[in-house]
Amino acid sequence: MIHGKPHIEFRDVCAFYGSKQVLRNVTFTVPRHSVIGVIGPANSGKTTMLKTINRTLDFIGGARFTGQVLIDGENVADFRDPNELRRRIGMVFPLPVGLPLTIYENVAYAPRRRGVTAKNELDEIVERCLRQSVLWDEVKDRLQMLGTRLSGGQQQRLTLARALSLSPEILCLDEFSIAIDPVTTMRIEDVLKELRKSMTIVLVTNLVQQARRLADNTLFLWRGEVIELSPTEIAFSDKPKDKRTYDYVNGIFG
Amino acid sequence: MHSMAGCAARIDPFHVMPEQVTNKSRRKFNFLDSIEKPTEWFIRLCGWSSIIGIAAIFLFIFKEAAPMLPRLDWLTFFTSPRWIPNPAPGNPASFGALALLAGTFTTTFIALIIAVPVGLGAAVYISEFAKGKVKETLKVVIELLAAIPSIVWGFIGLMVLGPLIKTVFTAAPGSWWGHVMVILHLASAETGAAQGTNLLTGGVILALMSVPVIVSLSEDALRAVPDSFREAALALGANPWETVRRVLFPAARNGLLAACMLGMGRAVGETMAVLLATGHNNRIPAALTDPVRTMTATIAAEMGETVFGDPHYRVLFILGIVLFVITCSINVASDLIIKGVKKANKA
Amino acid sequence: MNTAPVSNPFAPTQFERRKFRRANLNKWIMFGFCAVLVIPLIAILVDIFVKAAPVLSLDYLWLNPANKGKEGGLWAPLVGTFYLVIGSLIFVAPVGILAAIYLNEYAKEGILNRVIGIAVTSLAGVPSIVHGLFGLGAFVLVMLPAVNSVIANPNDRATKWQAGLLTASLTVAVMNLPVIIASAREALGGVPQSFREACWNLGATRWQTIRTIVLPNSLSGILTGVILTISRAAGETAPILFTGVTFFKFVADTGWEKVFPYNPGEPFMAMSMHLNIISNQISQMPEGMKYGSAAVLIGLILFVNSFAIILRVWLRGRKRW
Repeated sequence: MIHGKPHIEFRDVCAFYGSKQVLRNVTFTVPRHSVIGVIGPANSGKTTMLKTINRTLDFIGGARFTGQVLIDGENVADFRDPNELRRRIGMVFPLPVGLPLTIYENVAYAPRRRGVTAKNELDEIVERCLRQSVLWDEVKDRLQMLGTRLSGGQQQRLTLARALSLSPEILCLDEFSIAIDPVTTMRIEDVLKELRKSMTIVLVTNLVQQARRLADNTLFLWRGEVIELSPTEIAFSDKPKDKRTYDYVNGIFG
Repeated sequence: MHSMAGCAARIDPFHVMPEQVTNKSRRKFNFLDSIEKPTEWFIRLCGWSSIIGIAAIFLFIFKEAAPMLPRLDWLTFFTSPRWIPNPAPGNPASFGALALLAGTFTTTFIALIIAVPVGLGAAVYISEFAKGKVKETLKVVIELLAAIPSIVWGFIGLMVLGPLIKTVFTAAPGSWWGHVMVILHLASAETGAAQGTNLLTGGVILALMSVPVIVSLSEDALRAVPDSFREAALALGANPWETVRRVLFPAARNGLLAACMLGMGRAVGETMAVLLATGHNNRIPAALTDPVRTMTATIAAEMGETVFGDPHYRVLFILGIVLFVITCSINVASDLIIKGVKKANKA
Repeated sequence: MNTAPVSNPFAPTQFERRKFRRANLNKWIMFGFCAVLVIPLIAILVDIFVKAAPVLSLDYLWLNPANKGKEGGLWAPLVGTFYLVIGSLIFVAPVGILAAIYLNEYAKEGILNRVIGIAVTSLAGVPSIVHGLFGLGAFVLVMLPAVNSVIANPNDRATKWQAGLLTASLTVAVMNLPVIIASAREALGGVPQSFREACWNLGATRWQTIRTIVLPNSLSGILTGVILTISRAAGETAPILFTGVTFFKFVADTGWEKVFPYNPGEPFMAMSMHLNIISNQISQMPEGMKYGSAAVLIGLILFVNSFAIILRVWLRGRKRW
């Protein structure tokens, strides 16, 4: 580990929905300011893994997890106020959600809840986040429009802007490009390359090439188990640690 | 926003100000945020309000009835129609509620005979056949039916429906029409429909009052049936009516049953309408046009005359307990039926 | 040439035709059921309003009843009903809405939630007269003496609070609790879960999420429920029968006294009770007065309900997502 203490660390994490186990002894570390690409077929526990990081799993009835998830060495289960934790972690889920507020208020929502009230400060945050999510040029003249009136792809970028509004130290993206056209996706990927200078990015994606382009390390999750965690070049090479990774990356199995 | 567009150039989108809005940054005091904990406790308490309410109702009614519970002659209460709350010489007090129970159940029964087919039919029509304006209008009318207060229904029974029924069912004793009615138990032998307010009037009024309950709940139940069921049935060549009868009714069976039960609950518990429309006569009805008297109406009519703490007063509370138990069991049962459906659908 | 008659292979068979006719007939029967509801309702309403027409006037609303309701108007009971509605809303609206918030936003699936759900349904099914008995037992017989022991002068009967607006409002409030819980819950449930999750992911607390996203977007639905509660409270008779309503209470004809005629510890008049008594209990009551008060009560309810309907239509046209 070049950067010393790992930023995110999973130790023997098992997650359950009722009696159904969705994560099996997941263990891995993510160094600070790196991008980890998480790939794997549908239903292999990728989203659940993200939900354990910011403890939104708490909101799902019957869901629980065991083991430890450490952020900067702090166990997330020990956070007295999980909201503190959630503010440090930006989350983007695949379904675009524009809150029924104006575009401006969508982005300013979290900072306002944090007690930022100064107009110029909010203006700056809104513009920075909208630029980072490559939405600024499209909406800068209609910031007072309802966020829910935007198209699906725009709403998705709005969601990204919202996630960035608290300058999180960790950014989790769950198949963010699902509703976004390829050109915009590439532009966002460029932004992500810049952002990794200041934050750790967990990139869950079903586009394996996206992981290849962005990730420093790639984690292959299959049926709740970590099959492979290796530097991206190795994971995408002809000889990854596990044969199944090769098969999945090359579309031989699904 | 103008100022923002103006200063856009100097904002570097990739320049993140780490101390700007991280979790450690200063936090301005927000009153509404600061009251979060007490508010949550208050919300929790209010969440309990319905439990508190139902418990309090039972407790306080029980408390008023309690001293009489061991002293009441329960056998008489359930088997004798002699309801003589105010004893007179040669006429000892007797609390036989059989006629009151009979009154409640006969009116409810008549109401259900009318309301169940009408309600289910209307619900099916509204949910499966009616379109656009017709549908909206019918829904509004059903809502209005539900909104009309029970005292107004009583008034309608007393002033509008009663005279009508009296005219129709009154025949000269001995005439053929009179005989027909006596044989069919429509009217009693001596008088025909002696008065317009009777079992039938009360039943019809109660039917009109429980129809909206049945319609709106049945409609919910029908709407809960997935459209794929309908499409599948229609694709197999079933016509809409067959779809309703062979697919929707079985699929929504429990919901429809619950709707009818809640309609029945409403009919059992109704007070002011039956007070005005049933004729208020303490006897077991022998014919459809006999005046009757229900438990609810008895409480409403007699509580004002009682002396606090005397047996009559307490027996009225006992009637209240009986009503409470009946309606509660109806409601809980229908709730379980509906929930049972939801669980089955999920699994 | 052999010219066999060409028959359409897709033509309905005899059996299918009969089936189709039956289905059509059934449809009309169901339509008939709807007609059975609509036509008499309209006929009855028209009948009542026609018979009430001779007495209906602004004076009829503005004057106090005189001579046991045989003369004069309906001012005193109208005002009583108004204050009863306001009084019960003060108690039930906050509690009911917060209870709905609890059930929809806080409660987890489980035994407790289930028990509360059953309590709400049971409470909704309790007969109105039983609510009246409860009001008598709890508010009149237990709460009032407690209140009086604090505020009243034991030597002066006049300072004691009696069964009146306060006790009746509380009783009606308990009765309307399940109504408002159910409608507010429905309104809250109409806000997509994804909005809440988006806020939680941003570190907004539940309370912040409720305040900033959930409530503003369900407010009109909740308001519809409140309006329906108003109409229900205005029409109820049985629950207030033993808890404070009276057939006659002197109300001044002029001045502030006319607008604020009742204090919370005094019996009051109400429209529903007025209609009950004059339609049934007083001999030689002019027909016009009976129909008049029925018409006014119906008109009042329809007026309030039409607000709810308009609000709902407006709401549907104004979806924000």
